Amino acid sequence: MSSTTLDQAGPDQTRRGFSLSEYITCLNGIVWREALRFLHQRERFISALVRPLVWLFIFAAGFRQVLGVSIIPPYETYVLYEVFIAPGLMAMIQLFNGMQSSLSMVYDREMGNMRTLLVSPLPRWYLLFCKLLAGTAVSLLQVYAFLLIAWFWDIAPPPIGYLTVLPALILSGLMLGSLGMLISSGIKQLENFAGVMNFVIFPMFFSSSALYPLWRVQEGSPMLYYVCQFNPFTHAVELIRFALYGQINWVSLSVVGGCTAAFMIGAIFAYDPSRGLARRGPAGGET
Amino acid sequence: MGCDDLAMTATDTYSEATPSAAAPAAREAAATPALSIQTVSHSYGARRALIDVSFDVSPASFTALLGLNGAGKSTLFSLITRLFGIQAGKIGVFGHDIGQAPSEALRLMGVVFQPRTLDLDLSVMQNLLYHAALHGIGRGDARSRGNEVLARIGLADRAGSKVRDLSGGQMRRLEIARALLHRPRLLLLDEATVGLDVKARADILNHVRQLVTEQGIGVLWATHLFDEVIPSDNLVVLHQGRVLACGEVARVLKETSAADVNAAFMRLTGVQSGSLAS
Repeated sequence: MSSTTLDQAGPDQTRRGFSLSEYITCLNGIVWREALRFLHQRERFISALVRPLVWLFIFAAGFRQVLGVSIIPPYETYVLYEVFIAPGLMAMIQLFNGMQSSLSMVYDREMGNMRTLLVSPLPRWYLLFCKLLAGTAVSLLQVYAFLLIAWFWDIAPPPIGYLTVLPALILSGLMLGSLGMLISSGIKQLENFAGVMNFVIFPMFFSSSALYPLWRVQEGSPMLYYVCQFNPFTHAVELIRFALYGQINWVSLSVVGGCTAAFMIGAIFAYDPSRGLARRGPAGGET
Repeated sequence: MGCDDLAMTATDTYSEATPSAAAPAAREAAATPALSIQTVSHSYGARRALIDVSFDVSPASFTALLGLNGAGKSTLFSLITRLFGIQAGKIGVFGHDIGQAPSEALRLMGVVFQPRTLDLDLSVMQNLLYHAALHGIGRGDARSRGNEVLARIGLADRAGSKVRDLSGGQMRRLEIARALLHRPRLLLLDEATVGLDVKARADILNHVRQLVTEQGIGVLWATHLFDEVIPSDNLVVLHQGRVLACGEVARVLKETSAADVNAAFMRLTGVQSGSLAS
């Protein structure tokens, strides 16, 4: 190895603050790295697609004759059950992705990769926000790949719907990612996260309007209906459902927006890298 | 026990190692320590990992932080890099308090952690570009800096290789190159040679020492390996969370009446050589 002289003086020792372009460069870098990692992990990409497709091709096909769906907004006519559950499956992709991103943050925190991010001079809240946005961007790739395949299954929202659903997907992706980060903030060990996944993902998914309309739930169990109403995932599903047809569900938008802000602020305050480092002592036993 | 006079001795060391014309500038730069640790303490619950640790690292100096596993070296690194919040004491980087002005401090600092923090699935260059982005360095500039540092560490032809295809020594060199990408003035390395063979260790040590003499970077090198410390270094002996000695190696040897660093360490800590192997 040879050493050369530093061709520039290096960072200004008295410089304070960051320019807008530095913030954008940082965001681009984090999103780009997350997308690259996702694309390199083909198994993750395939499994992220297989899960909703199994629900669509097998579950929905099987239940098509059992579960009737009446005409409810945003639908203007009777729709196939597959069409009804498509927004729920899109939200499911984001739910799993949000939790998986959080899992990777616990893993990164334990294995050290998160340190690279956290020793960046940019503000820590901004770095975590970028990380959330990056996770959301990855979920968008998955959702649009799902929509592409679903199109061949006659699930074809109006063409404008592919565009109007984008803001809804970004907002719901941020909400679910923030929730995952908030949950991961309270986890000291990677091993604990699997249990939390079971206590979060499945209850959230099944007590929502992803698989059945809420009026049906109300008929069967008024108590469950109220649980579903308080479940932010229900509102993420409804926000996506309406946006896919070029409409806005204002209640869902308010709930998802509010929850996103609350979860994000909570996650940024709660995220403490020392949890993973302190458990074993830094660097696997060293203190 | 702290150490107040390391900055002075480090400056002297630098002056001797550089041409006389550069000495005034070096002295001026050395007036503000690259790293200043002042009465830092840290506990994990009831267990005290660091107790009133104080020392300085001057610009253009190589300071070896010597201690056994569990001495508190990595805790100190986590505090310096703001991974842990400071419970007691102060840490400054070129005068910027890490607690009050973390961005200014972190901007001037390059870090190589003990566990590998490279992304194995990405290529060598992609890892560098990611690090550059985290410092707000645009893609074009980052690529040229990446090529520059890769050439410096002899990995120019591996820019497109996946990191997982590199050897342990190459990964460490890449981590050092990555830490230098944003041109820091202070470089922290935590057990950077652990798990490497003799040649790789020597290469990395030589490279880092060259950075000190040729680029004026202040280096804090945490290690538990005595043979990585040479007489021209500054030495901080950390044991059970306390600084037992610090200053030029020659001075520590003189004060402990020891023939070498190994013997000085044993005299200071009371640790027997048999237990060092573990």
